[in-house]
Formats: sequence, structure tokens, C-alpha cells
Amino acid sequence: MTTYLIRRILLLVPTLLGITLLTFLLVREAPGNIALMKGAGGENGSRAMTAEQREAMIKLYGLDKDPFTAYAEWIGRLTRLDLGDSWVDHRSVVAKIGERIGLTASLAGSALLISYLVAIPLGVIAAIKRGQVTDRAISFTVFVLYSIPSFAAALLLILLVAGGDYLNLLPMYGTNSINASEMGRFEWLWDRIQHMILPVICLTYGSLSYISRYARVSMLEALAQDFIRTARAKGLPERLVILHHALRNALIPIITIFALELPVLISGAVIIEEIFSLPGMGQLMFASLEARDNPTIMGITVFVSILTLLGYLLADILYVVVDPRIRYE
Amino acid sequence: MALLHVENLGIHFGPPEDPVRAVDGISFEMAAGETMALVGESGSGKSVTALALTRLLASPPARYVSGRIEFEGRDVLRLPERELRALRGSGIAYVFQEPSSSLNPVFTIGYQIREAIDLHRPEIRDVTGEIVRALDTVGIREPEKRLNDYPHQLSGGMQQRVMIAMALACRPRLLVADEPTTALDVTIQKQIMDLLKALKQQSNMAILLITHNFGLVADFADRVLVMFQGRIVESGPTAEVLRNPQHLYTRALIECVPKLGQKQRRLKVIDYAGIN
Ligand SMILES: Nc1ncnc2c1ncn2[C@@H]1O[C@H](COP(=O)(O)OP(=O)(O)OP(=O)(O)O)[C@@H](O)[C@H]1O
Ligand SMILES: [Mg+2]
Repeated sequence: MTTYLIRRILLLVPTLLGITLLTFLLVREAPGNIALMKGAGGENGSRAMTAEQREAMIKLYGLDKDPFTAYAEWIGRLTRLDLGDSWVDHRSVVAKIGERIGLTASLAGSALLISYLVAIPLGVIAAIKRGQVTDRAISFTVFVLYSIPSFAAALLLILLVAGGDYLNLLPMYGTNSINASEMGRFEWLWDRIQHMILPVICLTYGSLSYISRYARVSMLEALAQDFIRTARAKGLPERLVILHHALRNALIPIITIFALELPVLISGAVIIEEIFSLPGMGQLMFASLEARDNPTIMGITVFVSILTLLGYLLADILYVVVDPRIRYE
Repeated sequence: MALLHVENLGIHFGPPEDPVRAVDGISFEMAAGETMALVGESGSGKSVTALALTRLLASPPARYVSGRIEFEGRDVLRLPERELRALRGSGIAYVFQEPSSSLNPVFTIGYQIREAIDLHRPEIRDVTGEIVRALDTVGIREPEKRLNDYPHQLSGGMQQRVMIAMALACRPRLLVADEPTTALDVTIQKQIMDLLKALKQQSNMAILLITHNFGLVADFADRVLVMFQGRIVESGPTAEVLRNPQHLYTRALIECVPKLGQKQRRLKVIDYAGIN
């Protein structure tokens, strides 16, 4: 197991190199660059740059260099844990990500947690009531949910419960109300939670419907096994047969798909944070792509890739924990 | 009073207009401590009969269309859920055909035996000691160590021994062994049959051995039932049935058994035309 882990962790390095090289070349070679964006003028009343100024800027950011040389330099700095400074506001990329990661992590974390907490019981109930009205109702609902794009759901929810046109139950955007700084600790927390409800819902329902389908299938599979008959033949109550013998087996594949959900949630966060004006990583990614802020884009890529790869690793480790038949050599 | 009394039991599958009569009005009795064999080819309704004894066949899809099952005077088909669960395991226990899939892969064998003991013999203080004894009875060496093994760590023969240990742990009055050796190698088959024989001699537990192999029946069962297409076509003391089979089908089944020392090129194929 230990050697397996070491090998897996070492394998992270080439994978990460591949991902970053591709991204680096893509963001660099795509048409347009930061100098063109800034030089276009008009923003904040600034005037357009002259051709010389633009040339100087391209030189300053190293955009004139051979892309592979530039990548090698970037990697060199990465090994010293230096992600460089943003080309937009010249603050360190690590600091920029650092102040935003918390919000995105709590959004994605809540979404993942709630998805599982709701999806597993839903899947189990659907499996037990297979073919009956309950199963069909759950399957239908979940299928409809799965096919709604999250931006549409977000806009619909804002219109219905946060816009004031119909109901005005929840705040429409932002992480806190304007007067948040005057609030007490619990008042502040409650205010924050209210602001997070809609974004979390929008981020949750897709994963939730996917996981619940998955849970239903693996539960049905487990219930059809011979050892379920053995458990009943022993005289175990049906509750234990289902929630102990069947669910324990069904959980093995369900738990491990969480690694697949991580990238889905993070890319979901890009859209959701933009719609709800939440200053998280997603919004930062969106803004830096727009501004062609290459160091920030690369910084976020590194962060998200590592997170995803660690997610896969964790899923593999969990496999060993929950399934006694699996041992890695 | 008989231990088990089955009367005119009928179990159907499929649409009521055109049912599959898996069990078609069978009757038989078993006395306490008796060993009986239920013989018949694949699909003749042996497993359906066995599972019906504790209503383990889910309904639907199965339909219990007629008859009665009485175990120790209790009407099994009308027993409330609670009492039915008490009967399963402690009154009638099972050993199934596929030991590898009949044990739950994610629990240790010790745990799976413990569950049965906790359920039916709550008075036992030293449950671990009892599990060790149960494993020892079925011939598992170093039971204290095996206790924490997962099923996949054991061979097929060992897994079947664990299944038997688990069935015996609750001291059932009737053990139903549904083709307990079919999935095993020939040498292991013999070991398991020897074990069942030894257990039969040691205890006053009745055994219903289900098989399609008459060869296993001869020196094991007191009596034999022959099942064909959901019906019992012949029954009687084993020696008598073997010596003088009345039904053509029984004769065909007996001839299917390859005799020791006799070279047989081909297994005899049952000729259905003459039967019925
Ligand atoms: N769940 C089910 N749904 C539909 N038909 C079934 C079901 N279970 C059993 N049957 C039918 O009942 C009949 C008897 O099956 P059973 O399993 O009792 O045979 P068996 O004598 O045990 O055969 P084998 O030696 O292969 O185990 C078969 O014709 C089978 O098609
Ligand atoms: Mg069978």
C-alpha cells in the first residue's frame, strides 16, 4: 500500500506537467493578449496605447519569447512555489487565490456534502420501491433536474424567490448584506448562510441527481446478490438487510465517484459565482480569462489540477478502506 | 407430530392466466432428526420448495397459490413477519449452492456468524467463544485466526464450511442444504458431504439435502423425494427407491450417476418421451 501510494504521488508530477503545458500553450497562443486588452483604452477613461508602448508591454510580460522557453521559466518558478504576479493588478497570484479559495471550497464542499446526504437516501428508496410510484416519481424528478442547465436554474430561482417580482425571500447576489460589518457574529453567519442558499442549490442539484441515479443502480445490484438471501435466511430484519448488508456494498462505487464530482463542481462554480457575484475562484477564473491575465489563469489551473488529482488519489484510498477485497501492491 | 408438514403446496410464477407452475401441489413430511434428500433435475422446483419453507421467495414475483406449510405446528405461510424472522435461522437454517456469493464480501466471517448468534441466542455471553466453537465444529483450523478473515480470503470449500457453521450456530431443528457441493471440486465435495454426515450423527437436527445427484443420496439420506416438473413423482426409503425405482424418471436419474470403476463414455441423456 505504501509503495503504491508513493508511486501514485510520483505519477502526479508528469500528469500535472502535461496539464499545465497544454493550458500554458493554449492561453498563450490563443488570439489576443494582455497588451491588446489594456492597450485598447476606454477603460477608466484611459487613452489607447501607442504601438511602442504596446511593444514594451509585450516585452515586459515575456510574450515575445518562445512559448516553450516561457513555460520552462514558469515551471522553474513553480518549483520554488512562486506563481508570479497578476498582470492586471500586480499582486501575487498565490495571494489572490488564497483570498478566494475559501469561498469556493465552502460552496463546492457544501454542494458535495448535501448531494450525498440527499442522493443516497433517494437512491436507496427508489431501489427498494423499484417500479412503484415512488421510484417513478423520484426517477422523473431527478431526470428533469439533471437536464436543467445551472445558469437557467439560477436565473429562474432569482426571478422566483430573490427578485422581488414574486417572492422576496432570499438575497439576490453577493456574500453578505451591505451592513454586514455592523452585525454580531451569529447575525453575520445567518446573513452569510442566506446568501449562500441559492448558489449552493444551483451547484448541488446536478450532482445530486447524478449521484442518486448511481446510488439506485448500485443498490439494486447489491440487493440482487446471493448474500442478501443469506442475510434474510438468518432472520435479520429487513431494515438491517437493506441498510447494513446491501447499502454497505452499494456504497463502495458511490463513495468513489466523488472524485469525478470535484471538477464538475469547480467548473460549475465558475458560472454560479459569476451569476451571483460571489468573489470566489470561479469568478477570478472568469475575470482573468477575460483580461488574458496569464499568470492568474495558470495559477488557478495548477490549484484545480492538484485538487482534482488528489481527489482521484483519495478515491483510490477510500476504495481500499471500504472494500476489503481490494489491496494495492 | 411431524417436524415439518407440507401439504398440497403450489407456487407459481408469471401471469396468472398462464403460470409457470414451479411447485405444483406437493406434499411431504419430515420427522425430527430425519435426513431426507430431494432429488430432481435442474428446474424441477427443488430450490423454490426449499426457499418457500421460510417464505424466502419474495412474493411477487412468486405466488403461493395453494397449500400449507407447517413447521413445529406453526402455519408458516400465515406467520406474522416477526415470528417468521424468529423461525428463519433458528428453526430452519440454510446452506446454499454458491458459497462465494452467499457470504457478504465486506464483513468478516466472524462478524457474519456473530450476527446470527446475537439474533437468535442473545443469552450467550461469550459470543466470540461460541463463534470459535462453531468454526471448530465444521473443521476449520485455527478458528481464532480465521475469525477476522473476509470471505475472499478463504477457498470455496472453506467458505462452504463457514456457511455451515453459520447455519449451525443457531441450533436449527432443520437444516436445508440446497446443492451444497455443486459449486465445489470433487475432492472438496466429498469433504463437505463427510462433514454433513458427521454433523448428522452428532446432533438431532433434521437435514433436507437437495441435489440432482443420486450418487450423494445413497449413504446419506433416510428417505428420498424425487421431483419432476414441480411434482413429487416418487418417494420412499432411500434403499428401496434405489433398488426398485418405480418411476421412469427416477430410473433415468439413477442411471445418470457415473458408477465407480465403470468406464462411461457418455452420460446417459434422459429420454423424456417415455416419462409421464
Ligand atoms: N424468480 C423467478 N421468476 C420466475 N421463475 C422462476 C423464479 N425462480 C424460479 N423460477 C422457475 O421455477 C422453476 C423451478 O426452479 P428451481 O430454482 O426451484 O429449480 P431447481 O430444481 O432448484 O433447479 P437447479 O437444480 O437448477 O437449482 C424453474 O422452471 C424456474 O424457471
Ligand atoms: Mg436450485
